[in-house]
Amino acid sequence: MVINIMKKLKYIFITFYFLLSTFYLFSQEQRFPKPEFETGYEQPSTITPEPRALALEYFDVLILIIVLSLASYFALKKRSRQGILWLSVFTLLYFGFYRNGCICSIGSIQNVVQSFFDPAYSISVTALLFFIIPLIFTLFFGRTFCGGACPLGAIQDLIVVKPISLPKWLNKTLGLIPYIYLALAVLFAATGTDYIICRYDPFVGIFRMDAKFHMVVLGISFLLMGMFVARPYCRFLCPYGVLLSWMSRFSKWHLSITPAACIQCKLCTNSCPFDAIDFPTNEKEVIKSGLGPKRFITYAVIIPLWVAAGIFVGAKSHTFLSKANPDVYLAELLISQPELKNDPENIDIETFLASGKSMETLVEEAEAIRADFYIGSMIAGGFIGLVIGFTLLNTVVFRRRQDYEPHKGNCFSCSRCQDYCPVEK
Amino acid sequence: MEKNKTKNRREFIQGGVRLSLSLALGGISGMAVSSAIKDDYVWQIDPFLCTQCGKCATDCIMAPSAVKCVHAFDLCGYCDLCGGYLKPDANEQSTAAENQLCPTAAIERKFIEEPYFEYHIDEDLCMGCGKCVAGCTSFGNGSMHLQIVHDICLNCNQCSIAQVCPSDAISRVKASEAYKVKGDFTNKPEV
Repeated sequence: MVINIMKKLKYIFITFYFLLSTFYLFSQEQRFPKPEFETGYEQPSTITPEPRALALEYFDVLILIIVLSLASYFALKKRSRQGILWLSVFTLLYFGFYRNGCICSIGSIQNVVQSFFDPAYSISVTALLFFIIPLIFTLFFGRTFCGGACPLGAIQDLIVVKPISLPKWLNKTLGLIPYIYLALAVLFAATGTDYIICRYDPFVGIFRMDAKFHMVVLGISFLLMGMFVARPYCRFLCPYGVLLSWMSRFSKWHLSITPAACIQCKLCTNSCPFDAIDFPTNEKEVIKSGLGPKRFITYAVIIPLWVAAGIFVGAKSHTFLSKANPDVYLAELLISQPELKNDPENIDIETFLASGKSMETLVEEAEAIRADFYIGSMIAGGFIGLVIGFTLLNTVVFRRRQDYEPHKGNCFSCSRCQDYCPVEK
Repeated sequence: MEKNKTKNRREFIQGGVRLSLSLALGGISGMAVSSAIKDDYVWQIDPFLCTQCGKCATDCIMAPSAVKCVHAFDLCGYCDLCGGYLKPDANEQSTAAENQLCPTAAIERKFIEEPYFEYHIDEDLCMGCGKCVAGCTSFGNGSMHLQIVHDICLNCNQCSIAQVCPSDAISRVKASEAYKVKGDFTNKPEV
């Protein structure tokens, strides 16, 4: 009897709340107290599975160090292509398919950048170690990370079928893209907008066997392209490769093609799918081409012009770039199309209106972010201009080489050339 | 002799740059370490900010989403007209599919005693659409709410749902306190 009355009362209450539901969306108090059970019912507890243990994250770092050490040993000491090959298979299976490609050193750039600019964010030690360890190894042994320890590199390296050699000018021009990508990634991470490296990682969908349609298309097209243009992502996109190549150029040791004196047989040049082997300088051609101090000076003088142009382009494009930030986008949308406020379909606007945040605060926040973008994109533009200027300058600088040597900045330490070299130790 | 000199100079420059690069690396890591934490981060939803927009179901890189409805039994009022289980315009309070709010029938109803039922969420079926959460929050105690379940979540470096969440309810939390279950929440002293 009592229960029945209670039941009826509850119905009345429910109808009441039904009407007022919108006002109570965020209320925290318990509207309906827990009933007293007569049958001795025991309430179950909420199940919350634990995340991956921290110890396992450190185990990943340990694996990374071991793989890097082995890769360096195979490339520099053992001179074993077999070793590197099996190591990259392991990397692909472990860091790629088992760990689902997260966290990787390439993406960790953004974590490091965000930890500098966002006071609310502090980087986890694992992410920092994934960022710093490969760079340190590269500073001593060259880009052995790319050869053996990077899952993105491994998947591309294993599918190289018939690599074609790209003309030098194309290699150089496409080689500028990673700098632009790096600049944009740093800009977006610093302004707290997005992690574009992770979002547009073409292979992570393959590692996870699950992705949005356009990412699958991107990943597969990269792999198809990679059969002929070897390692397209590494050479023409990878922003971490920029940092690695800076380190590698000044590395203490680096793999050498020959174990002893080079016999100029030119076999190794056919072996490198990445056009990363420098030919001996043909002095006659250098003189004939007329490239000399004059052009060097011209190119050196126009570097500031490139930088200025970059800053100009950056300043001009900051409005466009800042639209990637959700706050700026929302503010702009509300200003340009105020009629959207009545559109129940637009969830972002509906949520904003329901949150009780005033338009003024939103615009203020958006303006602050846009101001960050203004400075940031000018710096990014200037950086890209500087890189273009120096790339041009580099085309007229000649270093005397007597032998075939790997280009320290571009060589991925895959050890293919060592396999081809006929010289015995 | 001439050759040796150039070689020495090049080596000197290389060594110098190497040293400055390693110093730069040390500086970067030092600065980052000063703010680094030993704990790892995971993504989690703040149930008090969540507006059940439904993007959790569509924007997670996992299919079905790693966001699931969890039931904080501490908060459950055991309403016999459960706003999370039944459609607002349900014909009757039965388990018939036409009456169920959940599009995948992921909520299991277990009889306790007249007139109470225990509501349990089948994680394999739940896709994180938040329809039951909206129902429970509007008509009931709000004991059903969305959480990122960490044995499914891949802990992406950038959560793709967080990027589109209209109420910014998803943020990084320390892995040692990986959940924001409402029951725990209300029990906690105010900070």
